[in-house]
Amino acid sequence: MIEPNLIKDDELDVLLNDVLELYGYDFTQYSKASIKRRVNRICLIDKFTSFAELRYQIKNHASYLQRFVEEITVNVTEMFRDPQFYKVLREEILPKLGTYPFIRIWFAGCSTGEEVYSLAILLKETNLFHRSLLYATDINPEVLEKAWDGIFPISQMKAYSENYILSGGTQDFSSYYTANYNFVRFNDDLKEKMIYALHNLASDTSFNEFQLIICRNVLIYFDKDLQSKVFKLFDDSLEPLGFLALGSKETIRFSELEKNYKQYKTEKIYRKQT
Amino acid sequence: MKVKTEVFLIGGSAGSLKVLLEVLPNIKDNLSFPIIIILHRKGSSDSMLAELLNSRTNLTVVEAEEKEKLMPGYIYLAPPDYHLLIEKDQTISLDFSEKLNYSRPSIDITFISASEIYRENTIALLLSGANTDGVDGLNIIKENNGTTLVQDPLTAEVDFMPKQAIMQAKIDLILEPKQIAAFINQLNV
Repeated sequence: MIEPNLIKDDELDVLLNDVLELYGYDFTQYSKASIKRRVNRICLIDKFTSFAELRYQIKNHASYLQRFVEEITVNVTEMFRDPQFYKVLREEILPKLGTYPFIRIWFAGCSTGEEVYSLAILLKETNLFHRSLLYATDINPEVLEKAWDGIFPISQMKAYSENYILSGGTQDFSSYYTANYNFVRFNDDLKEKMIYALHNLASDTSFNEFQLIICRNVLIYFDKDLQSKVFKLFDDSLEPLGFLALGSKETIRFSELEKNYKQYKTEKIYRKQT
Repeated sequence: MKVKTEVFLIGGSAGSLKVLLEVLPNIKDNLSFPIIIILHRKGSSDSMLAELLNSRTNLTVVEAEEKEKLMPGYIYLAPPDYHLLIEKDQTISLDFSEKLNYSRPSIDITFISASEIYRENTIALLLSGANTDGVDGLNIIKENNGTTLVQDPLTAEVDFMPKQAIMQAKIDLILEPKQIAAFINQLNV
């Protein structure tokens, strides 16, 4: 169902300013076309019939804000999304990281965690898990809770299992979870090295140094200025010779980072130079 | 009323690649507007399609990159598994949100987004296909006084989509594949 076009451009600006001033969430540098669709979509789902109604709800009900944040950020994800990416990670990038005594990885914008569990499985299978730490962050507390639970619909497992095999997986994928009615719960040992935390790429600073930062399909929602800011944040958080992995349609071309990073083959994986 | 075409959108699903391969070679190479193609594809990672289309035309076919500015005379292909939106500054935004009409890219999403930016200067053509993606988009383009075109269902390999468009939307013109290139060329200024 297509969403109505209730919110005008200037109204969107007003709304995003309210959210920033009242709650500190800064969406003002998100790509307009996309966020406008999301706001119109929330009007459809939550049955607001006008901009004024939505604005009133947001201004006067702090409890509604979490829902607003959850709905306007895109939380569509899957395990081993772009299997080819995970294959390169498994066969070429992780072995390079294996030379470090201790591996720190940041999953920025981890959403409901499907890709974090995918990475944990890769680390297990490359025997790096025991000396890795996986920091997974998102702007949205609700999705972090889901990620921590590691419970996903069983209906997805066939597709995930296919992705897993395409990414070079050779184990029995179902050995990583226990099925229970319509859901599966991923094994607790996968969580041992996961740390979930709230982090807002638009406003929060660097919190550690990593050898690998994975941020896929997040930057597409940011305008150029915010992208530059986030690239700077990643640069500050990446050790020399560390890797930055982006989504298949994202690039550091056009950014200031370009000169100090080298693209890994044709993948959207960039290595910081010394 | 003659309006200046600012964007030409082509949406298609099953059976529409054949039409594109017939039409593209006959389009002028100095078009005064960009063409955006939104095709439903099976594989989620075939970059071959842009190459294939490129081999049939003197215009440049590119798989759309995010933040890329739309340029006249270029053909932009929505990348597999992303929705394609257009910003006010005529740059492309990609979006990995929920599928619409079981589709990503969704034809409706790009049609609607383009229509909001280019209003009456939007032209959209819906080709052969087996679902209704694009039909709502055509309606909104019409509401904004744009121009709506549909492939003649009699010539479509799968006629469901063009038939639904004719039934549910106000269509300005029904075109056979062999008429499409000439129609596009006469929009050139």
